[in-house]
Amino acid sequence: MDIFAVKNPGSFTTVQDLGRFGFLDRGVPPSGALDTFACRVANMLVGNEETLAVLEITVMGPTLEAMAEADIAVTGAEMGMTINRNPVPSWQSVRVKAGDVIRIPQAKTGCRACLAVSGGLDAPMVMGSRSTFARAGFGGFHGRALLKGDILKRGVGILLKQPRRLPDAFIPAYQKDSLLRAVPGPQDNSFTDSLESFFTHTYQVSAESDRMGCRLLGPPVEHDPGTPQSIITEPVVPGNIQIPADGRPIILLVEQTTGGYSKIATVISADMGNVAQAMPGSSVTFERVTLATAHLLYRKEQKRMQIVRELFC
Amino acid sequence: MDAQLYEHLHFRINGDCALLVDCGDGIDLFVNRKVVALAARIKKNPPTGVTAVVPAYRSLALLYDPLWTNPDLLEGQMATLASEPVEQALSETDLVSIPVCYGSEFGPDIDFVSSHTGLDINEIINLHTSRDYPVYMLGFTPGFCYLGGMDERLRTPRRKTPRVAISPGSVGIAEMQTGMYPVESPGGWQIIGKTPLRLFAPERENPFLYKAGDRIRFYPVTRDVFNHIQEKERA
Repeated sequence: MDIFAVKNPGSFTTVQDLGRFGFLDRGVPPSGALDTFACRVANMLVGNEETLAVLEITVMGPTLEAMAEADIAVTGAEMGMTINRNPVPSWQSVRVKAGDVIRIPQAKTGCRACLAVSGGLDAPMVMGSRSTFARAGFGGFHGRALLKGDILKRGVGILLKQPRRLPDAFIPAYQKDSLLRAVPGPQDNSFTDSLESFFTHTYQVSAESDRMGCRLLGPPVEHDPGTPQSIITEPVVPGNIQIPADGRPIILLVEQTTGGYSKIATVISADMGNVAQAMPGSSVTFERVTLATAHLLYRKEQKRMQIVRELFC
Repeated sequence: MDAQLYEHLHFRINGDCALLVDCGDGIDLFVNRKVVALAARIKKNPPTGVTAVVPAYRSLALLYDPLWTNPDLLEGQMATLASEPVEQALSETDLVSIPVCYGSEFGPDIDFVSSHTGLDINEIINLHTSRDYPVYMLGFTPGFCYLGGMDERLRTPRRKTPRVAISPGSVGIAEMQTGMYPVESPGGWQIIGKTPLRLFAPERENPFLYKAGDRIRFYPVTRDVFNHIQEKERA
């Protein structure tokens, strides 16, 4: 069923779900929403399964005209959404009807928002996912970001009996300065002299960041003398902080499966949503944690998700 | 670099949801076959909590859910799996034949390779198609394979200025490596030819033509054969 006519696509708006797994060994990266908490909650707020596809909206949002009645919800970055020029808060469901104009102007806090609609956005399942991998041109809406004039479809879904809202206590407060916790390695041995300073310096998020990597500006991170700058290509995971030859760290995101640069540390899973929400120009510092602490925080994050799930079932 | 097969696996922490397992050091057929064999055993019978296994040159990544397992448990399980010898001979691995139209607009850098190596174009084609290349790993882009064993005489450095967009199917050389670009991407390899096959077709039942551990053999085709195969691939 047709659900949105794209009047203005915004700066980079793509269809994403929770990712494409099972082909990492063939060079196919996971893709998927960068802020999975925002993606899951957006779906829950409109009564969907968490795995359905949403729009991931980056910095400047789209203008959409609703083509049918549906519930929608926007989560993640606060972008000042209006419907027919009336402000509508994020993190709650809202009913739209055919002809309504949804404007999502620009991120004020955070960097990326998720928009879910009853029934989920309909796009072909490609290798087990509806996520867009724009660099390789497949998945999502014709393998690309939205363009003006696109018509989006939605799956079969029922309207909510009553509106839903995420309680304030669960709404993340995105900071202008993010503190990201990270476990050293896998190549921390190549940075024994600079590991301490890496965990004390402040970095700025570069405007060149994309879904492949969050690029950082700041004091270059130096390899130990005598250690190679490149390594034998090996698998990478989201959160790996890669140090290329120029010493400017790149936090790898969801569009790469292998790499040949050394990684000084790896952002913990629980903080990857904050990486997704770090706006170009904002600052980032890293805090060193042990693997045991990272696993504790992982369990805490899973528990938070479970509590949110129970609110809506 | 002298490649070395480790007597015991080495393990490295790779964030809170992945463990790197090293079978040896260096880019080497025997080290890599150990990696591929171990990856296959893990895939066949994944330990609890393992969500994916990604083999590379000398190491594999084990992705796991920390709710169900941890590196201590995994290291023990890996040591047991790795103790079995690599039973399969290289000649028994899958052989994938790839038609290539060399030179002209399909291989715009073949003249550079010719002047660099001192070989004429026919010699380049003969050497490039003369052996089976083991697929060490896939990465970089979907279906991009890292092949080993190219003839030393074809060795050519990367382009000084990488191309912004290399078209899908392009076959290239970079130093001692040779390989193919399955999807359009930037790249600095010397492009010597092109295959009409769709190396990565996401909508196809099997989107890929090969996997790590297979062997690849190139064979030369004329422009007419190239066009004929390409038409079939597009249908």
